[in-house]
Amino acid sequence: MGSISFQSVDKVFGGSVKALDDINLEIADKEFVAIVGPSGCGKTTCLRMVAGFEAASSGTVSVNGRPVTSPGPDRAVVFQQFALFPWKTVRENIDLGLRNKNLAIGERSELIAGALKLMNLESHADAFPHQLSGGMQQRVAIARAYVLDPEVLLMDEPFGALDAQTRVVMQEELVRISRRNPRTVLFITHAVEEAVYLADRVAIMTRRPGRIKEVLDIKAVREREAWDKYPKIEDVMDLESFVHLRTHIWKSLREEKGFKDV
Amino acid sequence: MNDRPLSFAETFFLGLAGLVGFIGLWTFLSVSGIVPRQFLPNPLDVATRFIQLLSAPFAGATLPMHLASSFERYAYGVLLAAFVGVPLGLLMGWFRLLDDIVTPIFDGLRFIAPIAWVPFAALWFGTGIGGPVMIIFAGAFPPCLINAYRGARFVEPRLIEAGRMLGTPNSRMILEVLLPAAVPSIIAGLRVSAGLGWQSLVGAELIVAAAGVGFMMVQAQGSVQTQTVMVGMIAIGLVGMLIDVLLRQGEAWLRRRRGLEA
Repeated sequence: MGSISFQSVDKVFGGSVKALDDINLEIADKEFVAIVGPSGCGKTTCLRMVAGFEAASSGTVSVNGRPVTSPGPDRAVVFQQFALFPWKTVRENIDLGLRNKNLAIGERSELIAGALKLMNLESHADAFPHQLSGGMQQRVAIARAYVLDPEVLLMDEPFGALDAQTRVVMQEELVRISRRNPRTVLFITHAVEEAVYLADRVAIMTRRPGRIKEVLDIKAVREREAWDKYPKIEDVMDLESFVHLRTHIWKSLREEKGFKDV
Repeated sequence: MNDRPLSFAETFFLGLAGLVGFIGLWTFLSVSGIVPRQFLPNPLDVATRFIQLLSAPFAGATLPMHLASSFERYAYGVLLAAFVGVPLGLLMGWFRLLDDIVTPIFDGLRFIAPIAWVPFAALWFGTGIGGPVMIIFAGAFPPCLINAYRGARFVEPRLIEAGRMLGTPNSRMILEVLLPAAVPSIIAGLRVSAGLGWQSLVGAELIVAAAGVGFMMVQAQGSVQTQTVMVGMIAIGLVGMLIDVLLRQGEAWLRRRRGLEA
C-alpha cells in the first residue's frame, strides 16, 4: 500500500514568501503521478514534504493516511544530483538502507543482486560513483531506492542532470521497471514529454505561489490508444493522442508568465 | 602582485639568499660588537655548541636525548587532543544540543594561551608526564575540534538527506557519512594541531624537572649559557619544520588516494 494525500497544504518560507497555496492532490496506491510547472513554482517542495525533509505551514501531507513527520525508508527519494556517497562503492551505497533495516547478510546480498540486475549494474558493483557516468550513477540511486521496497518512490527531476540520449534510455528503463514492478511514484519534472510519457496522471502547477491548476488523466488515453504497443519513446511521441496531450500541457504552462525553461 | 609564477630554482635561490642574509646580519651584529656577546651569541659559537651537545650531556642529557623525551610528551599531548577533539567535534556537528552546550565554553577557553595553563597543569597533573602533556593538549586541542566540527557541519546537505531517507541511525550517520565527508578538514586540523602542540612544548617543559629541550633551555638560561639556549631554539625550529614537512606529505598522499577513491 502506498497512497499519498495533500490536503489544503500551504508552504510559507521565511515567514512571508508564500511558495505553495492550497495544494490538494490524492495519489492512489501504485499510481504514477507527475507534477510539472514553471521553475520556482514549488513542485520540488511538494516532494520534499512527502519525503519528510520539510513540513507544511498548514494543511496535511500524509502517506497511507498517516501524516508525514520525518524522513524514512518507506518513502525512498531519487535526487536530481544522485546524492550517492562518494566513499562507498555501488554495492555499499545500495546496501546502506538494507543494513539500516537490520537484515541478515544473506538476504541483503540477494536483494542487492536483484537490484543490480534490475538496473543493469552487475558489472559495476564494486566501482565508486565517480568512476561512473551520470546515467550510471542515477541507475545506482534508483537501485538504492528500489531495493528498499518502499511504499512510495519520490523522484525529484531524476533525469534533469543527464544528457538527452541517456535521458531517453532512462525514461524507457523506468517504464520497463514500473510496468514489471508497479509502485506509487511522485515524479517531479519540468519536461512536458517526460511527464506525459511516464505518468498515469499529470498535475500542472501555476507559478509562485504554486497552486494545482489542472490534473490530466493520461492513463485513460494511453490505454485507449494502446501506447504500450510501441516499445520506443519516439514512436509514442509521434502519436496524435500524445501530441494532443503535450500541446495541451504546453499551452497551459505558457499562460504562466514565469515559464521559460522547457 | 600579478607577477608570473617563479620556477623552483628561483624560489630555492631566493630562500637561500634570505637565509644567508639573515645569518650574515646575525654574524655582523655579534662579531662587530654592536650587540654584546652575552646578549647575542655568534653563529659559529652556536654551531659549535650544537655539535658538542649532540654527544656531550647538558643538564643530564645530550641534545638528542632531550629531544626524545620532549617528543614523547608531545606525542602523548597531540594524540590525546586528536582522540578527544575529533570525536567531540563530529558529535557537535551532528547533535545541535551538544553544539549549543559546548560551543560557548569552548569559545572562551580556546583563547587562553597554553602557557597560561602552566600553574594549574602542575597543580592538577604534576610535573611528571601529566602536567606537560596537559599543556601540549591545550595547544593542540582546538584545531582538532574546530576542524572536525566544521567538516561535519558542512557536509553536502543532499548526503544527509539521502542518509536520513535510508533510515540511517545516528551512530552510523556519524561514522559513515559525517566522518568520511569531514576527513579532508580533519587532516588539515591535525596538521595545525601538530604545529601548535610543538609550539607549546617550551611552555610545557617550564615545569618539567627531568629532561626535554625546554628543560635544557631553562637550565641554560639559569647559568647564562646563551649559546645553549640558542641551540634549543634552533632544534625546536628544525624539528617543527620536519614535523610539518612530514605531515604535509602525508596530507598530500591522502588527498591523492582520495582523489582516486572518492
